[in-house]
Amino acid sequence: MSHSALDSSPAAAGSQPAIDPAPGETADKGQPSRKPRRSFLPYGLILPAAILEILIHIGPMLLGIWIAFISLTQLNLTNWLNAPFVGLQNFVNGLNPESTIGQAFFSTVGRTLGYTILVVGFSWILGMAGAVFLSSNFKGRAILRTFFLIPYALPAYVGTIAWAFMFNQRDGAVNQILVDTFHLFGDERPFWLLGQNSFGAMIVVNIWQLWPFAFLMLMAALQNVPTDVYEAAAIDGATLWQQFRTITLPMVRPANGVLLMVMSLWTFNQFNVPFVLFGASSPKEATLVSPLIYQNSFGSWNFGLGGAMSVLLLIALFIASVFYIRMVLPKGADND
Amino acid sequence: MIETRNFRILRNVVLTILSLWVAIPLYVVVSTSLKPLKDVAGLFQWIPREITASPYLDIWTTVPLAKYFQNSLIITVCATLCSVTVAVLAAYAIARLQFKGKRAFSLTVLSTQMFPGILFLLPLYLIFTQIRNLTGLQLQGSYLGLIITYMTFTLPFAIWMLSGYFASIPKELEEASMIDGTGRMGALIRVILPVAKPGIIAVAVYSFISAWGEVLFASVLTNETTKTLSLGLKAYASESDVFWNQLMAASVVVSLPVLIGFILVQKHLVAGLSSGAVK
Repeated sequence: MSHSALDSSPAAAGSQPAIDPAPGETADKGQPSRKPRRSFLPYGLILPAAILEILIHIGPMLLGIWIAFISLTQLNLTNWLNAPFVGLQNFVNGLNPESTIGQAFFSTVGRTLGYTILVVGFSWILGMAGAVFLSSNFKGRAILRTFFLIPYALPAYVGTIAWAFMFNQRDGAVNQILVDTFHLFGDERPFWLLGQNSFGAMIVVNIWQLWPFAFLMLMAALQNVPTDVYEAAAIDGATLWQQFRTITLPMVRPANGVLLMVMSLWTFNQFNVPFVLFGASSPKEATLVSPLIYQNSFGSWNFGLGGAMSVLLLIALFIASVFYIRMVLPKGADND
Repeated sequence: MIETRNFRILRNVVLTILSLWVAIPLYVVVSTSLKPLKDVAGLFQWIPREITASPYLDIWTTVPLAKYFQNSLIITVCATLCSVTVAVLAAYAIARLQFKGKRAFSLTVLSTQMFPGILFLLPLYLIFTQIRNLTGLQLQGSYLGLIITYMTFTLPFAIWMLSGYFASIPKELEEASMIDGTGRMGALIRVILPVAKPGIIAVAVYSFISAWGEVLFASVLTNETTKTLSLGLKAYASESDVFWNQLMAASVVVSLPVLIGFILVQKHLVAGLSSGAVK
């Protein structure tokens, strides 16, 4: 190895040793005149990852944008390089709010936003409840913690299949509980995977799978709260609710930003739950953005339209990712 | 919070509700998987009238489950190994070295992690088609094709998790090693890798879990011989019948590898995810 300890030490890497925060005292530290030698090591290390990033992300993303501007159907799919360029036609055809497809698109975006808010909101509340009560010490705490994480560790389609079975028949477990035990709908046994109900069913399934993630992150955030803060508050006569509002909530605020952002993105892009619950085409009351793009592309073979919708999604996610990175990066950028 | 009596009562109530909420679907899966088919149709029975292991035996013959299992295993293991190997190198560079373009590289990795598979599905499909036209190499329906597409989500995740791990290892450890003359790479291999082993295993398990549960790419890029478990389980439902008991038994069987892996590395995974590597 040609890279000695000297030329790759923090002092050599940073051009200004004087402000180098590294406390390690090596012999070359006090020689600011020594020019840092250009090292190819970092590039060698990131090279495989960079090549893969270009192959699996950057390239496909650029191609995806191109698809939105060509007329691509199942007829010219195998010969897509020669597909005719149609400019903004796909956007005009598909996203015109006057047309049926356009209306479907905009209502799907709206529905997906509502879906995201409900799923993330409820997951957060459940996760917070679990985290607050599992941050105190009691017997069985470790087992319960692992148990709560199971829905998250389970393959997504297994959890969804389980719920599909519970929702599925008129006489499935959900109706057993709601109708037979709690007599909620009188004598009626609602169908859950059809029509309007399917939207709610899908939300329940998604919350079941997502809340453990909120639980996990919030529990980690709460571990940093020293117990004596609560003790002091209790001595001052603060109620549990007051302790929660004035101590717990502010303590998790930094974690919340990233947590809510990540959960929202996952939920907004959700594909697995509707696909396993309803098959390749969801009921129209429960269609989300990712499944809609899938249906347009691989269901009705209108790839250009799917592409146009993908480009809009890409733009939206790009904007979201700028916010996300602003929130996340300051933590990771300490040596930038 | 302080453990007053009220707190304890509230805690018991909330934790009971949450436990039931988690447990009921799990109980439904396991109990259904142990029932004979005649008891699965009709009103759901919370207490099985009859317990039988036959669904667990029948699942292997009703559909080629072993084949699907093998497909999932090959694809998932390869995608995980490739991602983790490539990610270890890149993550080390991000965590420890200064170089031009580092910020751009990190940002790319970080942002691509947020993009859904649906954005890559069609383009990758077209690229695979083009490759087949040009070279005759069949990527659709091949293991290689799926391994590559699964790396779209395992790789960025692995890079971010691992760079978080590496950054949390004290620099002094490597410096000591480099003073002993091992060089950067020597330090990485002899010092960082052993110390970060729990983290690397946790990342690998997490990548494995996400790939094992993947549905979208598998639904388009597999064929009859490379079908993975996520699609293969559908075969328990025919036009007329759904073998719910077998479907549930198969669900238990396919969940076991990831659940065991998850429980084994749970502590490291939790530490890694929560040390800010959600990024």
